[in-house]
Amino acid sequence: MSRVINGLKENGTPYFFLLPCIVILGALLSVPLYKVVEYSLYDNVIVERNPTFVGLQNYSNLLTDSAFWSASVNTLIFTLGSVIGHIIVGTGLALLVNAEIHPRAQTVFRSLLILPWIFTAVVVALNWQLLLNPFGVINYGLTEIGLIDTPIDWLGDPAFAMWALLLISTWRGYPFIMVSFLSGLQSIPKELYEAAEIDGAGFFAKFWHVTVPQLKPVIYGVALLDLIWTFQLFPLVWLTTGGGPGRSTEVLSTMTFRQGFVDFEFSQAATTAVSILIISAAFTILYLRNEKQKI
Amino acid sequence: MSDTATNHASVNEERQKFYRRVMVYVALTVVTLILAFPIIWMVSVSLKPTVETFSLPPRLIPETLSFDGYVRVLENPQFRRFLLNSYILGLVVTLLSLVIGTLAAFGFSRYRFFGDKTAKLFVITTQMVPTITLLIPFFGVIVWLRLYDSIWGLILTYLTFSLPYAVIMMNGYLDTIPKDFDEAATIDGCGPLGVLFRVLLPVAMPGIISTAVYTFLLSWNEFLFALALTRSIEMRTVPVGISMMVGEFGLKWDEMMAFSVIGSLPVLILFMLVQRFVVSGLSAGGIKG
Repeated sequence: MSRVINGLKENGTPYFFLLPCIVILGALLSVPLYKVVEYSLYDNVIVERNPTFVGLQNYSNLLTDSAFWSASVNTLIFTLGSVIGHIIVGTGLALLVNAEIHPRAQTVFRSLLILPWIFTAVVVALNWQLLLNPFGVINYGLTEIGLIDTPIDWLGDPAFAMWALLLISTWRGYPFIMVSFLSGLQSIPKELYEAAEIDGAGFFAKFWHVTVPQLKPVIYGVALLDLIWTFQLFPLVWLTTGGGPGRSTEVLSTMTFRQGFVDFEFSQAATTAVSILIISAAFTILYLRNEKQKI
Repeated sequence: MSDTATNHASVNEERQKFYRRVMVYVALTVVTLILAFPIIWMVSVSLKPTVETFSLPPRLIPETLSFDGYVRVLENPQFRRFLLNSYILGLVVTLLSLVIGTLAAFGFSRYRFFGDKTAKLFVITTQMVPTITLLIPFFGVIVWLRLYDSIWGLILTYLTFSLPYAVIMMNGYLDTIPKDFDEAATIDGCGPLGVLFRVLLPVAMPGIISTAVYTFLLSWNEFLFALALTRSIEMRTVPVGISMMVGEFGLKWDEMMAFSVIGSLPVLILFMLVQRFVVSGLSAGGIKG
């Protein structure tokens, strides 16, 4: 008898440690995920006590709404543009910081280059609104060197707003890629580079034939993670352009927020939120399949 | 003869290496200055009187140094309230995530059990759920629970991103501690909790500190939940407070930049103090929002 109890105690121990975490996370995720789907099948949720069941009506409304499709295209441009920007700047900086310089200097540069990541999105947005202002430093610099004749309202002009947003998003997000690649680079055995040098490989040959293949597993996982997070990003877009001017930078997350907290159409907001969930679930499955091998 | 030739070659190689290193330093310095410019400019504008914000040509060093922005922000009880709210929220969320997360991480790191991989995948997956998707139902539930416009609603919702982060980070740190430590302690008569608190946690201190700092940073910087789940000015946090300044205070750039600097200082100082530990953790946490 006491052996049975002992056995239970033995085997039960890990569950005891996990219980609070799994219960809290389980409740904090299962309830909202169930609710958001439920909301999307009703009309006038939250604002009215007895919402009416409308089936898939909200979904057909969404799919026939041209605003949804333009927001989807913007989300695609914003996500892909940001991730590509992060990877280019992040990889370049990781290679530069990883060059053979004094370890102290390496640490200093690394922590300075991470700074854009430490600030809250509001501060990032304000900083760039100041810089990109028609009377701001960037316009001044560009007119001085003769690239433009008259100042441009980068964030207020539909032709430039998305580009300006991508610039800000690249600045804000590259440190994640840089840090991840840096730790990846430092785990590549030096012998591989030495062997390549003996074979007469130059800088680019070494990069292409040693660094890239060695980093591949890291690149894939990190890029997917960046993609998943950028896809649902809200604060940076909301605070810099607010989706505007017009709808030129409206992404799915800002559209959801607008439907819910500006128009108080929570059913429609829930429907858009579910569509975001479905797309990010697809990427999450890809990510988990990659991650599963590591566990 | 051949000796001098090799000598010559190695001197040449040394020289080339030296030049390359100088070039790397120059490139790094230039790039860092460019990328840090928005931050430098923020500090510069915060120290200028408003009339100088857009004066041409732009000056990095203010013509007249002015601390007016800082004084006005710090004298305003509303801004002090935003700071207080963010501190309380950050500390409570960090403490809760750390305690609950460390227990779970200990379970994952030290035991093999039925469902362990599934549970771990579940924790990782929770980090991927879009915040905006959670927000809509959270709003309904939080209102229903009468937690709208209270710190409890924010604490509860912040756990959705801070807790998985704490588990994953602490699991990584505990995995680096050899199991011999546990065995020695068990032989000395320690139970599982004794092993965790007396043996593992002291060794994992750097990990705990960096997890705490980063969890605090995530909470301090969060915007969406704080914006949508509170309403009164007394409940606003620093990021929402700064964003409200734009509308309510008629774009006084020196004040806004001063508050941005003040609002960023806590996480900046924390980050600088422990950056050695934190940097490796950043890649595990990403940034959601």
